[in-house]
Amino acid sequence: MPVSPIILWTDALIYLFVIAVLLLIGHVRRHEHLLASWRRVGHSASGMSALTLLLFFLTTGLLDTVHFRPALDHTTEDGRPIYSVEVLSVLDILVTPIRIQVEKTYSAPLAAHLYAKETFELPDGTPVRDFARLQYGGAHLQDPAAERIPDIVSRGGTGILYGLLIWCSLAAGLTGWLSHRHRQSYRNTLIDIRRRTTEMPWYAVLLTLLTLLPLIGAVAMLAPHYHVLGTDKVGQDILYQSLKSIRVALVIGTLTSFIMLPFALLLGIMAGYFRGWVDDVIQYLYTTLNSIPSVLLIAAAVMMMQVYIETHPDIFETVASRADLRLLFLCIILGITSWTGLCRLLRGETMKLRELEYIQAAHAFGVSHWRIITRHILPNVMHIVLIATVMDFSGLVLAEAVLSYVGVGVDPSMISFGTMINAARLEMAREPMVWWALLAAFGFMFTLVLSANLFADAVQNALDPRNRTHKQRTRTFSRTKTTAAASGDKTSQPS
Amino acid sequence: MSALLEIEQLKTVLYTGDAPVRAVDGVSLAIAPGETFALLGESGCGKSMTALSIMRLLPDAGEIVAGTIRIGGIDLLRLPETGMRTIRGKRIGMIFQEPMLSLNPVMTIAEQIEEVLKRHLHLSKTAAQQRIRELLEHVGIPDAAHRMHEYPFQFSGGMKQRAMIAMALAGEPELLIADEPTTALDVTIQAQVLELMRQIQKRNHMAILLITHDLGVVAEMAQRVAVMYAGEIVEMASRDDFFNRPAHPYSQQLFASLPNKQKRDRALAVIQGNVPSLAQQFTGCRFADRCNQALPHCRDTIPQWHTTGDNHQVRCHLFAPESANHRQTPRTSQLSETLPASRVAEPAMLLQVNELAVHFPIRTGLLKRVTGHVKAVDGVSFNISTGKTLALVGESGCGKTTIGKSILQLIRPTHGSVRFRNQELITIQRGQLRQLRSQFQIIFQDPYASLNPRMRIFEILEEGMNALHDSRSRNLSAHHQDGELSKTQQIDMLLQRVGLPAEVKWRFPHEFSGGQRQRIAIARALAVNPELLVCDEPTSALDVSVQAQILNLLKSLQKNLGLAFLFITHNIAVVEYLADEVAVMYLGRIVEHGHIDEVMNNPKHPYTQALLSSVPKITAEPVHAGMILKGDLPSPAAPPTGCHFHPRCPKAMPVCREKYPLASIISNTHTTHCHLYPQEQHS
Repeated sequence: MPVSPIILWTDALIYLFVIAVLLLIGHVRRHEHLLASWRRVGHSASGMSALTLLLFFLTTGLLDTVHFRPALDHTTEDGRPIYSVEVLSVLDILVTPIRIQVEKTYSAPLAAHLYAKETFELPDGTPVRDFARLQYGGAHLQDPAAERIPDIVSRGGTGILYGLLIWCSLAAGLTGWLSHRHRQSYRNTLIDIRRRTTEMPWYAVLLTLLTLLPLIGAVAMLAPHYHVLGTDKVGQDILYQSLKSIRVALVIGTLTSFIMLPFALLLGIMAGYFRGWVDDVIQYLYTTLNSIPSVLLIAAAVMMMQVYIETHPDIFETVASRADLRLLFLCIILGITSWTGLCRLLRGETMKLRELEYIQAAHAFGVSHWRIITRHILPNVMHIVLIATVMDFSGLVLAEAVLSYVGVGVDPSMISFGTMINAARLEMAREPMVWWALLAAFGFMFTLVLSANLFADAVQNALDPRNRTHKQRTRTFSRTKTTAAASGDKTSQPS
Repeated sequence: MSALLEIEQLKTVLYTGDAPVRAVDGVSLAIAPGETFALLGESGCGKSMTALSIMRLLPDAGEIVAGTIRIGGIDLLRLPETGMRTIRGKRIGMIFQEPMLSLNPVMTIAEQIEEVLKRHLHLSKTAAQQRIRELLEHVGIPDAAHRMHEYPFQFSGGMKQRAMIAMALAGEPELLIADEPTTALDVTIQAQVLELMRQIQKRNHMAILLITHDLGVVAEMAQRVAVMYAGEIVEMASRDDFFNRPAHPYSQQLFASLPNKQKRDRALAVIQGNVPSLAQQFTGCRFADRCNQALPHCRDTIPQWHTTGDNHQVRCHLFAPESANHRQTPRTSQLSETLPASRVAEPAMLLQVNELAVHFPIRTGLLKRVTGHVKAVDGVSFNISTGKTLALVGESGCGKTTIGKSILQLIRPTHGSVRFRNQELITIQRGQLRQLRSQFQIIFQDPYASLNPRMRIFEILEEGMNALHDSRSRNLSAHHQDGELSKTQQIDMLLQRVGLPAEVKWRFPHEFSGGQRQRIAIARALAVNPELLVCDEPTSALDVSVQAQILNLLKSLQKNLGLAFLFITHNIAVVEYLADEVAVMYLGRIVEHGHIDEVMNNPKHPYTQALLSSVPKITAEPVHAGMILKGDLPSPAAPPTGCHFHPRCPKAMPVCREKYPLASIISNTHTTHCHLYPQEQHS
């Protein structure tokens, strides 16, 4: 199928981000001591299983980032293809069935009927008021009441089996690779993994995959024939919406942080390091910015943007590019309003650091301010930056939801967790309750944020040289606690 | 004599790191009522863990695994936690090292003492208030009735430690555990606190378990001494026996590694290496690896207790009856090793400091108007010649460190002049200053804060070289090619010079001990080939044996490289060992300045006299400080009128209140600022 690739603004930034990460990885791989500390990230079981989950989210997000316009069937007079105005992503193609199978309105997860009664005509012309059959969900069933459950079980079961098969081959491949790498017999490697004595916690990774793969398998088998997570008010598949929301969440979480970081780092460290009037100006700036309610500021900025978009319809070729620009603008304005917290933290930490003796020693060598900031202060505040960024990540994903509710969030045509929750919120009061949309958004967001937090935790522990001994201590302590208790009993015996 | 506290075979384990650490490994001791028992040892020997085990206040990772602790016949280890609470504070009181950290900053002193009284004595409100006042008067807090309702931040360091002692005494304990009670205090304050503890002990007939690393404090306070090494007690003796005839090689070597005047021309005896890790299982004597008299079987046989005299026990194979002939006289040959003669060079004037002043403005109010100045340094002049050491002595807060930093232009002086090789540093341009920076460097007090934890040793050492190189290459780019050593080789040489193997350059600072870090800090300063090193209390955070290593290193560097030192310290013994000249500072001004022998043997200024007599003496006979200063250092924001020292001076005259004394010249090199001596006619 001929396509016309499209690179939206946020796509470009994501590509840039990916390239930056790849360059960083390359840099780390070339430097043994950096590699050694990053390897320790791999030693944390929770970190690695979080990373496995994150990779799933990242893959989804990246697949959803490759945009293009498919060619339509007819061509122009001189034979050139005409491209659709609809912008699709690779993810859209992969999940075509759930994208195009749109029902009339609400339906529960895995249901074969609509969620509300409605009046329709039977083939013989008599009007009935009943739960209508879904157009796609369970449409292949003759008698849903009897066949639905066994059909779901058999399809789901097949999916789980496929998942397990993939898992087994992955595990076998991994073991083979490991045994080749460590020049060890296949059997011994397997035993090592089983006993959790490998350097990397492959056991945890495999365990995570063992949960994840069969789940994906089952969902993949069921999705073409059912709405696994139900449908929303206009009959769109919730699973599709959830998958599409991942990219928006990642974009908001990462791009905003990266827009905010230069402000926070530069201004915070400058204020703490130079003190004096620089400090006064920067403090004045962020105190002022902080005292304006950020929602107002964001609302005003987004409104301006909207007016601009509406008065210049000609510069946007597609709806998607319009929505995308609005998303980017939201990221920027969120970034501009949210650097103050991190900036204040960094200012305080820098003020503490600049009095430390190694900074004084650097001054005594006549090291330039710029080098002191980049070599001495920046690496020693990185853990704060990392924690703040991850904390903000979840906060920003939530902020997007709030802003979408107020009506100044992402473009209404763009699917995001915010718009999903906003739509679901209205239905919570409905009797019977429509719970699945909210639950799906909650579940996906929770998993995403939690795995990001756990991974950041592992990174922080590994990268902070002062933390390393402490981590070992707590782990050893919990292991030896039982023996300690046993020997404690001994003490109380008469000696 | 029935013992008040009896500890038998106490074993405490800390579950940290990979293997459990045996912090206390079979300690047995007994303390009689009214006795002062000193537990002496270097850091990491398990002294504090012993104290915390007695109080049963071990950290979460700690566990008492064996032994008994009895106080007056009660086995503390078999008491339930609620029973323990009636012991703590009531029968055993404890004071800690840091008075600043052991008082709650949001409660008044009276409230904090009242907590103890309420718990143990059930006094009525008024009776309790009465008792608190008595207690505070007892520990020598003036105007106690009024000051008891103040908060800890309104008390000075010495006052806080007094308040801590009052709190520990509130329950009238029979045993007071003092864990390094004076380590954080200045010598003059230390003398006050030690005197107070002696008085109280006499009055209340209370036993004291004194935990310290300071031989001087032990000499002044203790009746019996136990030396602790690597989790066990290696020697136990009466005070006189211990100071006259130290038996264990460790004790002997500790004495030998103390700096003093007699050892000026020699290298100090050094106890090689560090305290071994307590995580291992010992098969022989724990000290064998560092011992200078080790016998072959010291490494594979655990020594038993041997008695050498009345109540003098030692855990060493040398004292076993069968190996008596191996015993050498203490003071072994290692000591007499002298340092090579110094390079003969004509001493030239290196640094001239003239009327240097550093005032920090105090800003108050909305508009940050300057309402006063903290005169940290107020008109200080001195000179340093090449290859010489000037020691700057004084209590904390007198402006010593500020002088050091303002010479390096880390703090901009308010006025005065600092000339380095006749080059004025205060008015110099930033770029020119950077080129000069390689010639004077600084070593800091805290080896843990002076190295960037995120940089490897290689990068730390390289940084100074690079900064220097940038400025030098601009001038001498031609010189650059002719066979300069590669950076790696230079760094290897530096590490070798400070006594570290070259492989360590790829490690991070947290992998090193305090002494090793201080060596790295010295190597960093040496990387740029300075002529002047400002040493800001370089050994005060280190143990005695490690201090000896660093002092030896500094001394040999001075001999070999011809470095000049500005040595900032409060440790008089180090001054006597290292310095050529001494300047004594009080509240931002130098009160006495002279050659080391003149000032130490014949101090003129009453403050110098008091300072020298406050230093605990390590002598065979117990000597108590002759002259104990009253009160604390006044605030440099509002120094007393006239002579700054007059409120504390025992010889104050009316004229002292009126004007600051001019210099009195005692000899060519010896000057002091005191009205007791005839003064120069013009300033």
